[in-house]
Amino acid sequence: MNNGPLLFLGIFFTIAFSWSGIVLTNLIQQDEIGATQPHFDKDSESLVPAPLSGLAKQGQQVYAELGCVYCHSQQVRNSVERGGGVSPDVERNYGKRPNVARDYVQDGRVFLGTMRTGPDLRNIGQRQPSVDWHMLHLYQPKITSEDSIMPPHPFLFEQRPIVGQPSPKALRLSGQWAPPEGYEVVPSARAEALVAYLLSLRTDYELPEAPKFVE
Amino acid sequence: MSSATSLAAAIDPRTRMSQERAELHQIDASTRVLALIFLGTSAAWLLLGTLFGLISSWKMHNPEFLSTHEWLTFGRVRTAHLNTIIYGWATNAGIGVSFWLMARLSRTLLRHAGILYVSGAAWNLAVLIGTFGILRGDGQPVEWLEFPRYVTPLLFVSYALIGVWGIVTFRFRRGEHTYVSQWYLLAALFWFPWLYSVAQIMLVFAPTIGVIQALTNWWFAHNVLGLWFTPIGIAAAYYFIPKVLGKPIHSYHLSVVGFWALAFFYNWAGVHHLIGGPIPVWVQSAGIVASLMMVIPVIVTAINHHLTVVGCFQQVWNSPTLRFIVFGAMNYTLASLAGSAMALRSVNSVTHFTHATVGHAHHGMYAFFTMVMFGSVYYMLPRLLRKEWPSAFLINVHFWGTAAGIALYVVALSVGGWIQGTQMLDPKNHPDFLQIMRDTQPWLLARSIAGIMMAVGHIAFVFSFVWILLKKRSATETDPTLFNTPPALKI
Repeated sequence: MNNGPLLFLGIFFTIAFSWSGIVLTNLIQQDEIGATQPHFDKDSESLVPAPLSGLAKQGQQVYAELGCVYCHSQQVRNSVERGGGVSPDVERNYGKRPNVARDYVQDGRVFLGTMRTGPDLRNIGQRQPSVDWHMLHLYQPKITSEDSIMPPHPFLFEQRPIVGQPSPKALRLSGQWAPPEGYEVVPSARAEALVAYLLSLRTDYELPEAPKFVE
Repeated sequence: MSSATSLAAAIDPRTRMSQERAELHQIDASTRVLALIFLGTSAAWLLLGTLFGLISSWKMHNPEFLSTHEWLTFGRVRTAHLNTIIYGWATNAGIGVSFWLMARLSRTLLRHAGILYVSGAAWNLAVLIGTFGILRGDGQPVEWLEFPRYVTPLLFVSYALIGVWGIVTFRFRRGEHTYVSQWYLLAALFWFPWLYSVAQIMLVFAPTIGVIQALTNWWFAHNVLGLWFTPIGIAAAYYFIPKVLGKPIHSYHLSVVGFWALAFFYNWAGVHHLIGGPIPVWVQSAGIVASLMMVIPVIVTAINHHLTVVGCFQQVWNSPTLRFIVFGAMNYTLASLAGSAMALRSVNSVTHFTHATVGHAHHGMYAFFTMVMFGSVYYMLPRLLRKEWPSAFLINVHFWGTAAGIALYVVALSVGGWIQGTQMLDPKNHPDFLQIMRDTQPWLLARSIAGIMMAVGHIAFVFSFVWILLKKRSATETDPTLFNTPPALKI
């Protein structure tokens, strides 16, 4: 095989073919079936999925910066029982239905993820709607989840002296995790944004092309 | 390069050989500085990348470790590990080995070395700034593409220069035939900038919509493994195995089949990262089929290498180069076959999202690619520096530390990941996620121990590297540093 131009052509063709097939075709196909636009839900008279709020969008940036995607997936998959499936995500209460492509069109940055060192987070806003729980969990995961290997995020919080009344946002810490006497731990703006983002993660609407909710 | 030869010299068969050797030495000499720059920087990045890897691994069973500072949080340290290893260690080593091979196989002196000086400096500066950027939090949340935006232009310019140089060298080749390694290297040099540019445009600078991001991401990331690192590794194996043994590769036609089958099928395999995900089923199936069809080029290459080495296995024990290269080549086969198996839906439903995936990734990048790079360096440096490796013992420490380390690594994570995946599929008997996580702990600890073994090997390697660089050239040192000297070589 000594013909330089022919070798080059073959090398070029193989990569052009794969990109066209994997990326370009799906870009065109998704657009043609309307899956790149949100769906207008007649019952709630709103677009679903809804775009992220401003605070949640900032929180998504925090999620990206801290590398949460490397331990947490965001894709509820179909189960074998329901046909054509792979894992019992719905049975594990990761969501009421599997996710489809259109669920991600408003995300901006899509964090499908490839590891479940921690649980799937696509519906964490439904599964765990408590702000306090998330604040405690981010500050020190072992408080809410025994033996958790999730890294603590003390840098998202500020430990400061109590001036006058304690802050209403101060974390309710006790035992070995409590701050010294006269101090309180309050979430930073980044922590609040991150929690707002986590609470926004909920697939609580149906789509015509998606499987129906499991009751 | 030929000068007037006497009649006696013209008849003597050894003259042509010594002329060829002289040619080879001249070519090697022209590549010396650049090879040393790329290989030297790769060794430094190897140490830093190993440190980041050890820290990340330790955090997975001791999450309090270095947890107070944002710069060292797991999500960033793990990312720094991946990027310093891929773009620092592996790419620098790959480039160094590639153009040394290209110059030799094209039988031409290294021209326009200035281009590559700029390229090497730019690349390493970019990786340094990029690593800081990741730790600082400026990283892009796109797997295998995490360097901040401000680094991309530098990487692009650096790489463009390398790519142009590769094509120029190939154009000036002498000889009627091209060797299989040249096809793989040319292909790798061409594929990588396309993958990188398209990914940067579609994921960072003008992000595409929805799950197409995931499809683009895994087309890119898997192809960096399959169309950049794998061809360089295979090219090196195809060169060094016959070179050290003094035998030709078993079959030309098998090598042609292997090359084109790899080019065609590997391109499509990347979708297997998204099996079961919210993407069209047809493209998942295409990725699975391509991943399975990879068995063809892998077996073909294995047969070719095996039938070349058969009968000479003793040399694998004697020669450091061959030991690393053959270990690497055998693991190319094993890792690829495991990868094909993991693409099957039945297997994938267990291994997806588990530590088994991480084990597999290291099987390919380390047990194959990294070990082949080590073998290449052990061959190249004595010829570039005209000195021999100072200590066979250190090379032994390097080999056993890394070989045993990666074996423990892959086994621990494959078994642990398999258990994890099986439990995840069974919510009735394993309803508690935290318990599943606890069950992975001993395997994650084993991985850290494996990492320490590999680190010991790396330290031995860098020690040897610095030692051979600094030691004085000796006129009396003529024997290559081998593990055991075969009787035929004893004087």
